[in-house]
Amino acid sequence: MTLRALTVLVIDENRLRASIIETGLREAGHQNVTIIHDINGIARRIQDINPDVIVIDLGNPNRDMLENMFQLSRAVKRPIAMFVDRSDVASIEAAVEAGVSAYVVDGLKQERVKPILDMAVSRFNAYSRLQRELDDARSELESRKLVERAKGILMRSKGLSEESAYALLRKTAMNQNRKIAEIAQSLITAADLLDSGTGPGTGDDR
Amino acid sequence: MKADHQITAGFMPLLDSALIVAAKERGFAEAEGIDLTLARETSWANIRDRLAVGHFQVAHMLAPMPIACNLGLTPLASRTIVPMALGLGGNGVTVSLALWQQMEEHGARNDLDAAANGRALKAIVEKRVQAKGTRLRFAVVHPHSGHNYELRYWLAACDVDVERSIEIVILPPPLMADALWAGNIDGYCVGEPWNTAAVAQSFGHIATCKAAIWRSSPEKVLGAQERWAESHPEPLSALLRALYRAALWCAEPANREELARLLSSPTYVNRPMEWMLPALSGDIRVSTEKIVRVDDFFVPHAKAATFPWKSHALWFYTQMVRWGHIGHDKANETVVRNSYRPDLYRAALKPLGVALPGANAKVEGALKVATPVGSSGASLTLGPDGLFDGGLFDPDQIDAYIAAQARPPRP
Repeated sequence: MTLRALTVLVIDENRLRASIIETGLREAGHQNVTIIHDINGIARRIQDINPDVIVIDLGNPNRDMLENMFQLSRAVKRPIAMFVDRSDVASIEAAVEAGVSAYVVDGLKQERVKPILDMAVSRFNAYSRLQRELDDARSELESRKLVERAKGILMRSKGLSEESAYALLRKTAMNQNRKIAEIAQSLITAADLLDSGTGPGTGDDR
Repeated sequence: MKADHQITAGFMPLLDSALIVAAKERGFAEAEGIDLTLARETSWANIRDRLAVGHFQVAHMLAPMPIACNLGLTPLASRTIVPMALGLGGNGVTVSLALWQQMEEHGARNDLDAAANGRALKAIVEKRVQAKGTRLRFAVVHPHSGHNYELRYWLAACDVDVERSIEIVILPPPLMADALWAGNIDGYCVGEPWNTAAVAQSFGHIATCKAAIWRSSPEKVLGAQERWAESHPEPLSALLRALYRAALWCAEPANREELARLLSSPTYVNRPMEWMLPALSGDIRVSTEKIVRVDDFFVPHAKAATFPWKSHALWFYTQMVRWGHIGHDKANETVVRNSYRPDLYRAALKPLGVALPGANAKVEGALKVATPVGSSGASLTLGPDGLFDGGLFDPDQIDAYIAAQARPPRP
């Protein structure tokens, strides 16, 4: 017996993450996938799509509204329950941990929905990892910029070579047991204060 | 000092998170040996889910929410108990300026009067139904909320056919004022500062408030995961004592400004301090021109405001039955009774020698004036606690109460 293909709805305001999930679902052979970014007029959309499974990002502030809608028969033809199986504690924990919730229509077989939930969880986690890496890369770049500026200040004020300026920063950081970027940041802040704070009445002298 | 207990509490950005916020920020939790972490959430559903999987041990919750969890009405639920309430009152009903103008033409009063303003609304609703126009649309924060049940109680007592002649939708608290401004809704019932938000931005009028509908009535509670509470009686007791002292601190007028400043910070409600003051002082700005004095707008401590009355739980249950959220039988009633745990409250606070009610339940709406009641420890005064329509809820007469509120079957 061939089973009817499941219709999956993904509600996520984050377009990048939504497309990562969509790709995963399609790769897993789910062709009926709809993505909604904007919850305006969502009741009508859900009625039209008539999904078997709904995947929502836990950060969505409209979750209470959406859940209420799932429980009203007007918007959804079949009542919807959360998660595949309430007794499957590990799956539930993994989903909440990953920041995703899934709702399925009543009576849908667990083994048909479980892979979808597992996929959503792993894609949410992959997205978070990607986001963290991006953040790290961004702060790495920021640190490098700070160190460059601090080096410039030391080179000017102390007449040091670039190499000696960096060595001084590194030594100070090691002595104080702080990160080199933190030392650079305080040096820049101090230099900024001194540049602008030459006292009342002297602001236009330079 | 190293903390003995680690506790994480979820909360929503609302003024009535005050007790939890003060317990952490004013050191009451620390003094009880608790390292209290507060996590702001974006939906009540998240609070419920993260409590269920153990990210949170306790949370700021809508008073009917733990009951709904235990009755199996929610998509994901773990047994959740209420060992303490987080104050009384704190809500308002705000309407658009256009709707308020119509209400005034039908006799609405600028003093939050629930009866007169409910009658005015009834007249407008009636007209719309007769003209086959669009129904008025109100928003509340959750189906299982004090907001939903008090809005419905108020309108039904004013003879409005709530199910058929108005529409009630769900919106998160911080989005209410924006939705009113955008014209997506005609009014809403929500906790502070989200009523004041609409008045401060000159597009809303506060029509009535929780204290006017039902004085000294329950609103938010401390929900605790039952499994955690049972296996950690000491940390739970310590937390209840910290929250009790926080409630005392919140109730002290001299601390009002500091509390308002705390709540307004980006970590908590993240809105102007001026928006916090009306609910804390009781001087409610109902419109840009008018301030109305409401003594019991939000009660953090007085009148046993943190005691988890079983009669409060049971009243919410009767409203769940009334609006078709659950069927009434003795098994359900027992689940509800056991959800609120005054025994845990008493056990935790007994060492403090403070006033504790002698009973677990009371007749709601019976006290017309402030009344000294039987208590252990110091003396205790309850009330006034009247419902605006003179209604009484006797938790020993629950079947009769439910029967009297039963709606006629739909034709």
